[in-house]
Amino acid sequence: MDLFSNLALGFATAGSPANLLFCLIGVLLGTLIGVLPGIGATATIAMLLPITFQLEPVSSLIMLAGIYYGAQYGGSTTAILINMPGESSSAVTAIDGYQMARNGRAGTALAIAALGSFFAGTVSTFLVALFAPPLTAIALEFGAAEYFSLMIVGLVSSVALAHGSVVKALAMVALGLLLGLVGTDIYTGTPRFTLGIREYADGLNFVALAVGVFGIAEILRNLESEKTREVLMARVSELLPTKEDFKRMFAPVIRGTVIGSALGVLPGGGAILAAFASYTVEKRISDRPEEFGRGAIAGVAGPESANNAGAQTSFIPLLTLGIPANPVMALMIGAMIIQGIVPGPNVATEQPALFWGIIASMWIGNLMLVVLNLPLIGLWVKLLKIPYFVLFPIIMAFCSIGVYSVNSNVYDLYAVAFFGLVGYLLLKLRCEPAPLLLGFVLGPLLEENLRRAMILSRGDPTTFVTRPISAALLLIAAIVLVVVFLPAVKAKREEVFVEED
Amino acid sequence: MKAISFDTTNALCGSILTAVGLFFAWQSFGLEIGTAFRMGPGYFPLLLSAVLTLLGVVILVQSARVHGEPMGPIAIRGMFFILPAPIFFGLTVRGLGFVPAVFLTSLIACFASHRMKPLWAIAVSLGLAIFSVVVFSYGLNLPFERFGPWARF
Repeated sequence: MDLFSNLALGFATAGSPANLLFCLIGVLLGTLIGVLPGIGATATIAMLLPITFQLEPVSSLIMLAGIYYGAQYGGSTTAILINMPGESSSAVTAIDGYQMARNGRAGTALAIAALGSFFAGTVSTFLVALFAPPLTAIALEFGAAEYFSLMIVGLVSSVALAHGSVVKALAMVALGLLLGLVGTDIYTGTPRFTLGIREYADGLNFVALAVGVFGIAEILRNLESEKTREVLMARVSELLPTKEDFKRMFAPVIRGTVIGSALGVLPGGGAILAAFASYTVEKRISDRPEEFGRGAIAGVAGPESANNAGAQTSFIPLLTLGIPANPVMALMIGAMIIQGIVPGPNVATEQPALFWGIIASMWIGNLMLVVLNLPLIGLWVKLLKIPYFVLFPIIMAFCSIGVYSVNSNVYDLYAVAFFGLVGYLLLKLRCEPAPLLLGFVLGPLLEENLRRAMILSRGDPTTFVTRPISAALLLIAAIVLVVVFLPAVKAKREEVFVEED
Repeated sequence: MKAISFDTTNALCGSILTAVGLFFAWQSFGLEIGTAFRMGPGYFPLLLSAVLTLLGVVILVQSARVHGEPMGPIAIRGMFFILPAPIFFGLTVRGLGFVPAVFLTSLIACFASHRMKPLWAIAVSLGLAIFSVVVFSYGLNLPFERFGPWARF
């Protein structure tokens, strides 16, 4: 069967000593930054992006992917031990995980989170392998109009899944698209919005924007009120769950995996949503709902499986369509472009080793996480004691080095400072930066496909609704947009996101 | 007549977005717009800036009705030290070279926290400079000059 020969190719690629090493580095780094609150996967990948330029394309993508799902693991450790999500997607885990830790069951909670994540990771890796090829085949039929409509769906979904005001999120998309257009127009060579600065003729540097908006803005927010963290130093003992625990985590893990896999494919940040959806489902169908909030095993097992499954399946749109599902995937696109790979349906056929290697590495990486993390928990706990004021100068220095090493362009560093300020301003104005970044990445693509589609149709805009696939995609986008504006959904949405904060 | 009260955050947000939208629109008019059939470089940006301006106005109008929570504290000290750090790195990395630039950048960033003691700041920056030069310069072979012309005697 094709699937198995493909997977064999993948495992052969990912199993080479060098790639195993980079996978290991990736998951360890990911866990590290996941454990430390105040620095997320997005900022880390943005910082490391330039360094990966030196590596083989496969190795660099394997490492970056490892950072991403490693961070999901690490985030839950922090959530359980100090009631503070290391990553936003583990915010739900903090609710019951921390209570379990207070009841002296920290070890069990950590083990459940790790095992649930591993199970979800295994299943969803398989799903990626199963669904990526047929989707790629469909995507190869896409013309300019279809690509345009598909990107509209992506942008609209990112709006739907953003926190807070829908109007603001839409404005962020528009702003991101505009920023993405800075640089030289591809058709005429006219410089646009460069303010006469020649160094910006190639466009604003994506890494600089990402580091500024996500990394620096986050540091500034953390500096607003410097609090000391309290690590729950309950001895982490009795790692292995009992038979009874296993029985009670089994069903939630499976449900979480299903929910996570389905929601992860959605553009705009599926992992976070998946964790919340899973928690809500578990609470509703549990025969002991009163346990939730007091250390329910299902409240840890379900969401943890869901966020990990979501993290994995968010690779599907990236690998098949070249469309990022969340800011991290947008960075992965950046990484592919740096390596000279054009993301999209052709990757699977032109670079099968890369494509399947990444998929196989996800499973290997998940295995590494389970094997490594349980024994290393003591080390991660110690790391939590590093005060933040030591961390951020380090982050700042690495940001500067990272951004500078992309093009050795000092203007990129000025852009970092500028976008750091912009990002902080947006945080203060309660605008979500994720749609902005997505817009920034998609801006040039969106314009190119729009212009091409219009030329092909001789200036007839109905081309977007007369071509069936394009029409269906636009309909989806319209439905999503209508739904988020419905009063009932709006209220529910606010409720969900309030809980998260 | 009742005085209209505004939610400051949203009013500010709306005005800024409107202004940015207008700025991009003004810039777009300087470019060739073209037709829907053959779009010029200014067509799509103009469309987007119109959308952005409109959304900015909507947020501004809404700010008169909906009230959110206040903006909270602003990290003035943080902004004062964190934002110049990468700029400083950019200004000095060629002249002073990689090692001094990393050291000074980190030192500047250290002062953003009032809890950082000067001795600690120097220790952290020094350790960081050594670590970076080992990893990035010797380990990954990034093409940085370790000590630039300003730092040579």
